[in-house]
Amino acid sequence: MSSQQAVIEDISNTWGNQIEVLEDEFFAGVKVPLQILPELFRKIRDEHGFNYLANLTAVDHQDRFELVYHIYSIPDNRKLMVKADVDHDAPSAPSAVSIWPTADWQEREVFDLMGIRFEGHPNLKRILLPDEFEGHPLRKDFQMKG
Amino acid sequence: MLQTEQLTINIGPQHPSAHGGLHVEAVLDGEVVVDAIPHVGYVHRSVEKIAESRTYAQFVPYTARLDYLGTHLPVIGYVQAVEKLAGIEVPERAEYIRVIMGELSRIASHQLFIGSLAIDLGATTGLLYCMRDRERIMDMFEMTSGQRLLAAYMRIGGIAEDLPPEFLPAVRSFVRDIPKMIKEYQGLLYGNEIFQARLKGIGKLSAQDAIAYGVTGPNLRACGVSYDIRKAEPYGIYDRFDFEIPVGSNGDAWDRLMVRNEEIIQSGRIIEQALDQLPEGEIRAKVPRVFKPEKGKSVYHRIEGAKGELGYYIVSDGGEKPYRLHVRAPSFVNLMALPLVSRGGLVQDIIVNIATLDPVLGEADR
Repeated sequence: MSSQQAVIEDISNTWGNQIEVLEDEFFAGVKVPLQILPELFRKIRDEHGFNYLANLTAVDHQDRFELVYHIYSIPDNRKLMVKADVDHDAPSAPSAVSIWPTADWQEREVFDLMGIRFEGHPNLKRILLPDEFEGHPLRKDFQMKG
Repeated sequence: MLQTEQLTINIGPQHPSAHGGLHVEAVLDGEVVVDAIPHVGYVHRSVEKIAESRTYAQFVPYTARLDYLGTHLPVIGYVQAVEKLAGIEVPERAEYIRVIMGELSRIASHQLFIGSLAIDLGATTGLLYCMRDRERIMDMFEMTSGQRLLAAYMRIGGIAEDLPPEFLPAVRSFVRDIPKMIKEYQGLLYGNEIFQARLKGIGKLSAQDAIAYGVTGPNLRACGVSYDIRKAEPYGIYDRFDFEIPVGSNGDAWDRLMVRNEEIIQSGRIIEQALDQLPEGEIRAKVPRVFKPEKGKSVYHRIEGAKGELGYYIVSDGGEKPYRLHVRAPSFVNLMALPLVSRGGLVQDIIVNIATLDPVLGEADR
């Protein structure tokens, strides 16, 4: 058993049927309910050495948003993908800034372009677009005009 | 005691040392930096939205405009991500040519780093030396693709055209001359006392902070962390080459320069090996102009860009265009470390820190 699988097994044992193990040929991962994200992040950082959050982004599936985290462990050279669904009408998610400070700008970018609020973020402001911009361009229902 | 008031000054976005549209809000107490807050977005083009209305092949040239100083690298990252998503095999010869072009891009980017750092510190001749040497790489890009700066030479499934006959002698002689170039930079810049005083011990970053803030690439290695995606998670054919990962020890501006300097030499080694092993044969797999990756499939592919971890996250809905494409840009994430390395230093060191963190705003702002 590779240590990669051990991480997923540990997560499965802790949260049981709340999580879904993703069948992905490129990236081992789990899909979890939004509210356990902070606990899960803390666990994999402290117990499994996942010290580097490489990528954080979101996808608009029109009926829901999906947050995607690509997390690596630099010392052990392991990787894990975490996905979580976010409600489309009042999109809000817990912030990961207190666990990995690198989430700061990446969450601001998701907020700016996709309009998901991150609770507990120290400075949730637009980052790429001007402050007075209206709407979130990466949403599928964003009206583009010339 | 002299009463001083905190003063906020804006560096950029229009400033020679802003490296193309970076705005830094510097809060100063006398000459000491209390905070240096970077503001990005001045060259935002929304490439991620554009991607959703282009076919996979049409999006290739847009990626060349991300890191335009090491132009082949973002294109290689993108086409490899799409190839992974659609299950396309790339011919051997094309893989080798990608490595050669990618490493030449890395050298060009690092040479511009050294040159622009020199001119930011007032050493104009340093820029001229580096630009003169980088010009030879630009000539090679022109030979192969007809484009000097934004050479979208890669295609999904291979490369656009085979190498012209004059390319191989040009790249051989360039690689042979690398030690000579480094020696010149050494004599002109690195040995200079003022140059050293402006860099040594300036803008220190600890390895722990660097990882926590997601700093990657030469900036991370300067902190002593030996982490290079070409070794940690080899993509393409990088597992076939013998090269070293240079690391620093102090994580200061000087180390960030020295790591890049050493990387130029290592990239030269990789190019030499690739030239020796370069096979004959096909340069492009047969890929239809319009193809549809499987519905619901997604991929995160990352490469070692000139500035750090360059990743593409692509989601397919079974159509001919990406449903969602996200670029994980190293310059964007690395810039988060600017306040960290600047606080407590002097105003003049902000310029050094911007230059040595080496952001390229085309990539940070997307």
